[in-house]
Amino acid sequence: MPHLNPDHAPPRRIVVFGGVYNNHLSLAATLAEAERRGADEIYCLGDMGGFGPRPDKVFPLLQRAGVRCMQGNYDHSIGNRLEDCACGYTDPRDNHFARISYDYTLARTSDANKDWLRALPTGFRHTWNGRQVVMAHGSTRRTNEFLWASTSPDHFLEHLLRDAEADLLLVTHTGIPWSRTLPSGRTVINVGAIGRPANDGNLNVWAVEIDLTTPSDIRHRFLPISYDHAALADEMRDEQLPEEFVATILTGWWTTCLEILPAKERALGRF
Amino acid sequence: MHTHQPAPPTLSFPYLETLWLQVTGTLCNLTCKHCFITCGPNNASHPIMTSEQVTQAVDEAVGFGVREFYFTGGEPFLHPEIEELIAYVLERGPLSILTNGLLIDATRADRLAKLAAASPYSLDLRVSLDGFTADQNDPIRGRGTFEKIIGAVTRCAAAGIPPILTITEVVPATEATLPAFQQLLSNAGITRPRLKFLPPVRLGREARRDRGYQDEERLVDGDLLPDEVFSLACGTGRMVTAKGVYPCPILIEAKDARMSDRLADALTPIQLRHQACYSCHAEGLRCRT
Repeated sequence: MPHLNPDHAPPRRIVVFGGVYNNHLSLAATLAEAERRGADEIYCLGDMGGFGPRPDKVFPLLQRAGVRCMQGNYDHSIGNRLEDCACGYTDPRDNHFARISYDYTLARTSDANKDWLRALPTGFRHTWNGRQVVMAHGSTRRTNEFLWASTSPDHFLEHLLRDAEADLLLVTHTGIPWSRTLPSGRTVINVGAIGRPANDGNLNVWAVEIDLTTPSDIRHRFLPISYDHAALADEMRDEQLPEEFVATILTGWWTTCLEILPAKERALGRF
Repeated sequence: MHTHQPAPPTLSFPYLETLWLQVTGTLCNLTCKHCFITCGPNNASHPIMTSEQVTQAVDEAVGFGVREFYFTGGEPFLHPEIEELIAYVLERGPLSILTNGLLIDATRADRLAKLAAASPYSLDLRVSLDGFTADQNDPIRGRGTFEKIIGAVTRCAAAGIPPILTITEVVPATEATLPAFQQLLSNAGITRPRLKFLPPVRLGREARRDRGYQDEERLVDGDLLPDEVFSLACGTGRMVTAKGVYPCPILIEAKDARMSDRLADALTPIQLRHQACYSCHAEGLRCRT
């Protein structure tokens, strides 16, 4: 059970990602990039399912690479065989597409993988280079809280990290990467998602490398991950997933479930 | 004889996430027939907040780690210093403004776009419209308002701040409803449509237009779902008006709903004993953007 490993020999390089969304091709590419960079540890902050094709394909990849996995809100719903993703959309069009995606993933995730999702931890904490590093899916106080750059004021993040006793917080859940160093020196990184592009018209996805090779410092850089998006699109069409989802993979623009985007993030996309 | 009502549920208050500000109180330039707090040009039940009252509440909330701000009324753009207040809040966090749009001319739309662009945080305009034709909307919001609202929406979109259309479901939705609203937004030049449908709140004028709550429409202990505290407005939010602090935007005229003078004294669990609480729990009413 790699994700239950306690702290032992401190790692030097770590790769962190989230939001797999059934995209086994971008996951394989991310794991290859982590290996190429000599990552000692790899973390996945959750949301394995949704959106992409053939949900069961991601689990052996995660498990074989010893990725330390966390339970996201989608994993909680699938793992517990809930009726819906509890995404809470109010726009009928968003609900329509969220329903297709969830029903597809629930029906095609094996019982063994559902049980595995259900048993995942909901957070990680480490002391690295003398600093408290906390990883959560949405935020430290709620799995399904969205930390968007434009709706996360500095004073709010300071409050959140102080309560969580975190010097560095890593989250996912929104699908768009960003990072900010706060006035106190604490840092927040939203690692984005590897399952679909970041609604910026580029086809790559994003992961993060944490670099601990400088003592008493933690550095990070965002890693653009390219993968065979055309092959993924073909597979999505084979599975008769909505053409709207395929379009996102092939164009880099989000087409559905857009209501969660705050005004600033929405304005950066095409739809 | 005294009859015993079952006890209402108690809702915890885990943290302050959302601060609502009734910036113009119950003062409005419209008298919508479904208004649950009966706002209008002559209703000063909740007066306009002074700018100092607004900034004090904002500062206090920042101290509690609040995440987001909302301006409502009444019509927020009736406030004489509304743009200064918008700028003040946008320096501190994201802001949504619930408006009827009537006071947003082209000049104001441009100034709002500049304020939005100058902030690292989001400014969301929520413009209310209660039908996709004048025949549906105008009997509710007032004669000629449909054209004026569409005009405001078009101006905002042209200025680069496409609003969220907020639609109260006073006209029953059909299969034609959603495409009709989408077409309306598309005609207004909006390529990124945002729609929010809300059930009506059966208080104020709406109770007279349609009906009030029925006796059984109330919450009793045990009704709440495990994580409901995080989706109910009163679970992680508070409303500040010129008269004090209230649990949510709906209850500012409800009997005994006022909680305190200051925010610090209102971050406590409450009982969901008002019949309007039924709308949020049973009909999924969500005031947030």
